[in-house]
Amino acid sequence: MKLTKITNLLVLGSALTITAVGCKTHPQNPTPLPGVRNHIGDQSLIGQAPPINNGPPVDGGTASTTGIPPVYGGDYANWGHDAQTLARATVYFDFDKSAIKASEGSKLDDVANYLKGNPAVALQIEGNCDERGTEEYNRSLGERRALAAREHLVSLGVDPQHIVTITKGEDNPADPGHSEEAWKKNRRDEFIVLTPPKM
Amino acid sequence: MRKIFLQRILIALLVSGILMPKAMAQDIVVPTVGRDVNFLGLTPPTPISVTGFTGEVAHVLNFDLTVMGFIEVAPDAAKYSLSGNNTGNVTGQLSFGKNVLLSKIYSGGTSRAQAHRLADEVVLKLTGLNGIAETKIAFKGNSRPGMGEIYIADFDGYNPQAVTRDNTDVAAPCWVPGRLAMYYTSYKLGYPNIFYQNLSTGERQNYAHYAGMNSSAAVSSDGRVAMVLSKTGNPDIFVCDASGKNLKQLTTTREASSPCWSPDGRWICFAAKVAGRRSLFKVPADGGEMVRIPTSGVANPSEPDWSPDGKWIALTAQMGDFSICVVPAGGGSATPLVNGEDPSWAPNSRTLIFVRRGSGGNRMLSLLDVPTKQVKDASRASGSSISNSQPSWAR
Repeated sequence: MKLTKITNLLVLGSALTITAVGCKTHPQNPTPLPGVRNHIGDQSLIGQAPPINNGPPVDGGTASTTGIPPVYGGDYANWGHDAQTLARATVYFDFDKSAIKASEGSKLDDVANYLKGNPAVALQIEGNCDERGTEEYNRSLGERRALAAREHLVSLGVDPQHIVTITKGEDNPADPGHSEEAWKKNRRDEFIVLTPPKM
Repeated sequence: MRKIFLQRILIALLVSGILMPKAMAQDIVVPTVGRDVNFLGLTPPTPISVTGFTGEVAHVLNFDLTVMGFIEVAPDAAKYSLSGNNTGNVTGQLSFGKNVLLSKIYSGGTSRAQAHRLADEVVLKLTGLNGIAETKIAFKGNSRPGMGEIYIADFDGYNPQAVTRDNTDVAAPCWVPGRLAMYYTSYKLGYPNIFYQNLSTGERQNYAHYAGMNSSAAVSSDGRVAMVLSKTGNPDIFVCDASGKNLKQLTTTREASSPCWSPDGRWICFAAKVAGRRSLFKVPADGGEMVRIPTSGVANPSEPDWSPDGKWIALTAQMGDFSICVVPAGGGSATPLVNGEDPSWAPNSRTLIFVRRGSGGNRMLSLLDVPTKQVKDASRASGSSISNSQPSWAR
């Protein structure tokens, strides 16, 4: 009699646990993983500096100008770069600012005078930042600094079509140090004279 | 007769160990890990013991489980236990008390790959959500300022592969959602352009080459591209189809940066300075008024990234140092999480990859589990690369 009760309990218990535990005490068939996953379809193309096809044509569209539209850099692709002639005209900026300081104005006067006296050359303004902002913010800030100097030169009578701008963000420090002294030297626009390609 | 037969079966079952008299219905485990995650507070990591594994496999399991919100403890302190070995292929068994929840043996691939798969299966079993141990990232690797390549790698930084060999200034890689393709900024042609590159075929295209700066591409789930262009005279947010058609200017702030998409493709969130104050904003992707997203408690927000589940925006705040913060997607109180910058969400909407500066000032990638605040540094792309930054998590 007792044995029957125990037996009944055991049957009940086993019905519950076998369902729960099931087959999982033993590993199922092995789970295969693919071999070295060939994420990049054509391995031979990686690291080979893939050629660059022309993308979609630039779409003019309607746009709200918020400054003087920049010049297409490709227009001056083959021109010579002279970083020396206007090296002393490098203009410096306050932290997180793109406004041309009054104290820097005379350098831009010099640049404008040089360009007016040398009508065959063009100008590239390179905008730079110190390392303290985030990378994309700094790339944008460098662009604003270059465009600000260009606007100032245009207001002095220089043709905007003769001035190309490029941002280097924080990637072209004049001083690689991590001090206030170094940072001051990095917040700058540099002026590169562009000389026409020899015919 | 029948009774004796039944008794013998039961005794046989008892002896074989399948029948466990103590295990009654209420001991069956219903996984609850992750359901009460306290995103803004501190969720204690789930204690798990991991035994029997050695070398690289043990290291990978520890790394992956830590990043996914577990903490490895001694068996007597563990809630769950993962045991197995990797003398040959990786085998593993996950248990809760005496209940075996998972029992696996793997074949093929590397030991690392098998260990990553096991970690993911543990997470899936215990949380009901996919793990991230087999996901990919892209990032910028500089050998020196202004000279670098775009890399892809496993989420932990291992197996890095350069997808360019241009030795030029590159920036801001962004995966095309769901595809083996990406956009990135490159100065290869002399000025900052946005390239599109198909990683399956190797084909690439100069996608955005307007006058001025073309940078900060962000891609919606249906392939539209948001970007920062300065073609109108100052940097602002534009959007375009993948085909290059229908370019539309979305902002006139004169200094917008870092666009990112809402997962439903309706909004673009970005950073800008308006009325002297730096904030996050969003603007309808089809055009319209921009709306400020408040991030109260932190200053100078930038580099937003919208979580795949739509609920959170991660951002960099700059108040002295940089801080990775999260704010509810509708705006509100921003919560600083860890020192660092430039966050990117994993597909699970809970892990962030971000950038921190190591000793010596070089940038490196790091991984944060938002609920438990556990952090692990990713492996750095070695060789000539000294700075790893601007991560984009493939989603």
